[in-house]
Amino acid sequence: MKFDTPATRNPIDQLKVIGQPLDRIDGPRKTTGTAPYAYERHDAAPNQAYGYVLAAGIARGRVTAMDTAAARRARGVLAIVTTLDVPRLEKGRMNTASLFGGPEVQHYHQAIAVVVAESFEQARDAAAMIRVDYARQPGRFDLAAEARNAKLVPGDSGEGSGAPPEDRFGDFEGAFAAAPVKLDETYTTPDESHAMMEPHATIAAWEGERLTLWTSNQMIAWGKRDVAKTLGIPPENVRLDSPYVGGGFGGKLFLRADAVLAALGARAAGRPVKLALTRPQVANNTTHRPATIQRIRLAAGRDGRLTAIAHESISGDLPGGGPETAVAQTKLLYAGANRLTALRLAELDLPEGNAMRAPGEAPGMMALEVAMDEMAERLGLDPVEFRILNDTQMDPEHPERPFSQRQLVQCLRLGAERFGWAGRNARPGQRREGRWLVGMGVAAGFRNNLLMKSGARVRLDAQGAVTVETDMTDIGTGSYTIIAQTAAEMMGVPLEKVAVRLGDSDFPASAGSGGQWGANNSTAGVYAACVKLRDEVARKLGFNSAEAEFVDGHVRAGNRAVPLGEAAGQEGIVAEDQIEYGELAKRYQQSTFAGHFVEVGVDAATGETRIRRMLAVCAAGRILNPKSARSQVIGAMTMGVGAALMEELAVDKRLGFFVNHDLAGYEVPVHADIPHQEVIFLDEVDPISSPMKAKGVGELGLCGVGGAVANAIYNATGIRVRDYPITLDKLIERLPEVG
Amino acid sequence: MRPFTYERARTPAEAAAAVTRNPGAKFIAGGTNLLDLMKLQIEVPTHLVDVNGLGLDRIEATPEGGLRIGALVRNTDLAADERVRRDYGVLSRALLAGASGQLRNKATTAGNLLQRTRCPYFYDTNMACNKRQPGSGCSAIGGVTRHHAVIGMSEACIATHPSDMAVAMRALDATVETVKADGGSRSIPMAQFHRLPGDTPHIETALEAGEFITAVTLPAPVGGRQFYRKVRDRASYAFALVSVAAVVQRDGTGRVALGGVAHKPWRVEGAEAELQRGARPAMAAILDGARPTHENAFKVTLAERTLAAVLSEARG
Repeated sequence: MKFDTPATRNPIDQLKVIGQPLDRIDGPRKTTGTAPYAYERHDAAPNQAYGYVLAAGIARGRVTAMDTAAARRARGVLAIVTTLDVPRLEKGRMNTASLFGGPEVQHYHQAIAVVVAESFEQARDAAAMIRVDYARQPGRFDLAAEARNAKLVPGDSGEGSGAPPEDRFGDFEGAFAAAPVKLDETYTTPDESHAMMEPHATIAAWEGERLTLWTSNQMIAWGKRDVAKTLGIPPENVRLDSPYVGGGFGGKLFLRADAVLAALGARAAGRPVKLALTRPQVANNTTHRPATIQRIRLAAGRDGRLTAIAHESISGDLPGGGPETAVAQTKLLYAGANRLTALRLAELDLPEGNAMRAPGEAPGMMALEVAMDEMAERLGLDPVEFRILNDTQMDPEHPERPFSQRQLVQCLRLGAERFGWAGRNARPGQRREGRWLVGMGVAAGFRNNLLMKSGARVRLDAQGAVTVETDMTDIGTGSYTIIAQTAAEMMGVPLEKVAVRLGDSDFPASAGSGGQWGANNSTAGVYAACVKLRDEVARKLGFNSAEAEFVDGHVRAGNRAVPLGEAAGQEGIVAEDQIEYGELAKRYQQSTFAGHFVEVGVDAATGETRIRRMLAVCAAGRILNPKSARSQVIGAMTMGVGAALMEELAVDKRLGFFVNHDLAGYEVPVHADIPHQEVIFLDEVDPISSPMKAKGVGELGLCGVGGAVANAIYNATGIRVRDYPITLDKLIERLPEVG
Repeated sequence: MRPFTYERARTPAEAAAAVTRNPGAKFIAGGTNLLDLMKLQIEVPTHLVDVNGLGLDRIEATPEGGLRIGALVRNTDLAADERVRRDYGVLSRALLAGASGQLRNKATTAGNLLQRTRCPYFYDTNMACNKRQPGSGCSAIGGVTRHHAVIGMSEACIATHPSDMAVAMRALDATVETVKADGGSRSIPMAQFHRLPGDTPHIETALEAGEFITAVTLPAPVGGRQFYRKVRDRASYAFALVSVAAVVQRDGTGRVALGGVAHKPWRVEGAEAELQRGARPAMAAILDGARPTHENAFKVTLAERTLAAVLSEARG
């Protein structure tokens, strides 16, 4: 189905199932521990052996020798494949660092061997017996030091938020020089780890030349393609199966070492191999969100209207990598006649930087929304009003191109009302409750809505049950449930009559889970397949397809009503289709918006910041399931608190690695850090986005939160911190006297 | 994890003897730290002597009016004990500030004292560490040191001790009771139990080879208002940046021990005379000689301000 004109009324608009706050259909399996994650597919292949990855102990250089003799003799060891045994493997299209092969070490904890043994403990023990000799080479590990060598590059996060190397509109320098009120500040964000609960894990099995990977991956079709490319085998010989994913956040968008080394280990051992990366390897072997140094310049007239906006970001990556596209949102969020964005990339020899939840916008908004807060203060304006004053309903660089929907102003107004914003003291450092300095902060939330081709297959059987098959993944987001809701709504059956099968590369290729595009696109693909199935049913019964109604398990036309099971007959009916998008995205800018409000307490003595309450008001098209959408947003808000207050991969700039590479050292918020969260979805349908009229929310909930926290800390203390995370050491020297 | 053999000891002396005669042996109780370290091959015992069955899980009154805490009393039970909560509030609060509920259910009193540093360079076996491998060097010095010691460290090691419980016990003048393989016992004051790193950071306590902790004894209650203020980057389940254990009397005298600043719980009795003059002179005396790094200099300010907040609360 080609979607190239705005959606009109369709069966989804009935909202009998769609739009309802239904429990997740996979919930009972997950809460009872019976949903099998990749490492638990014990029945998937017989006689599984265990793999363990040995990772490089240096940041840059060459492996000159590996002595595996003791490891090969160790009890239970079945096979060892070292990086010196195989030439450097081809890279997948989405990979920057090589995953395996050859003597070169590009970054710390790059995989250099896999040991296969009868038990996990034996494999791990034998891996520790491998003696490795290295020739170390100096590396570049300090972004601030390399920033001066950074070069202008185009940015494409792989998740749609692209930006050109340098983008100019109007005369930025002239307008900035002439403005009566201006700001020129630099903000930094650190490297961050996805730190998902389930580490990367795969079971690999070969049958002749055919490889099956039971794995944990967000993007099945990308994974299949890149497995084939990396191992040099035809794609048709590769199958990926990933029905349950224990968190991804972008860390599992791509092929990683777990899948490659499980496959190599299985081939060497002649047995299926099960393998998971260790927690330290998640930090240093896989990808991370790169650190940024962002310079923002804003200029405005005394009336508070922005006249010039510049946002320039520097980040680093391995040679051949890409920049963090932290400036993308600044092209679209606020009005202003003179604009400049720029992306610069420095070469670093740290592990590979790549997409993490809302790549680009997440760190970009952490800077931009603090700059907006600072600018509002310089103008003597309320920060909510300042944002509203500079709202734009058009793409600022293409005034002929409107937003399909843009309710940022409504988000901010409703949020301010519900949060009690009027009670905020505009003068910072004024509100004290016991030991706490209390403050409120606001930020806009912004994340683009991305369109991706997505397919599905739908089968109707003699019992009137519907089965949906698509390689879409559910990474904890609720895909199973909203896809079931879509099929139930389209076919006029109760939710219990729908079975959803996901994550198998033998199923039609979907949009996958990334860039908050999963919900809208994957359900639109199911919609397309269901339209085809309805046509097939009507055609088989001799009904006029346009008049046929699918209600209460029956198909009706005129005075005829046939049970769906009877219509399907013993052979059943199968339909397959995909949603494809036309030119609407060129004519309309599609984005999602939020108002993020945060109240913090800062301990007046110690500088510890603790969240007191949070509110997100979101405008993101039709909300397919308010319950799972809310879960997405509160999870994202929590991630935003982590980014604002504690998350930082600490770089050892001499030795070139992320030092705090476990969950004791890399702190993310725990329950005690998140006392009260509220989410409001504005009533919105967006007929430009898809037949579902929905957009994404999973990353919107993150974008802006960090800025709102930072602004609340400023309101509480009068201390402006421009370097994340805002830990107490950045406040303590400027806090008031104790006692 | 290397293969190891395992036995259950039947008496404390037998446990001590079993470990003494086997240089590769270690005691295991809750295992919350040891097992993690074994998986990483930071600890590589060839033999484990399980002491969980020794019956050392009671808290008893002493003739001196104090409490004798069995070595195997779980952290959860110790924190919840009515006498501890009433008379030794600093200890109960310190315990509850540590780890998580699940870990406290397993972790024992003796094991808590013997837990090893959380220095990330100690935990990464690719990195030089004098504590893990004597003589290999210290890769933390000059590296990422935000969590490291600011006082009492050496050229060989700048690690901190991670315990909260031990900080409170240091403030309470607890003593550690032990038994040796020959059946002889001794009492080691908390002040002497943990060591500064010097040039032997791998030797962390006064225990001799095979010496087994049977109990920790608290002297008679000292009264006063008791505080344990743990400062950390998140609200729970994090190691202290700085912690302050304090017992403050009505007249403003008291005791202070610090966590998160040194290789051992840090207390300077001679500095406590300054408490009546306020946090600044007191902390200046307690941390006299501190040599923080650029990354952890904030701990000095933080310790003073945290003590000030505690003293203010004690007065209020």
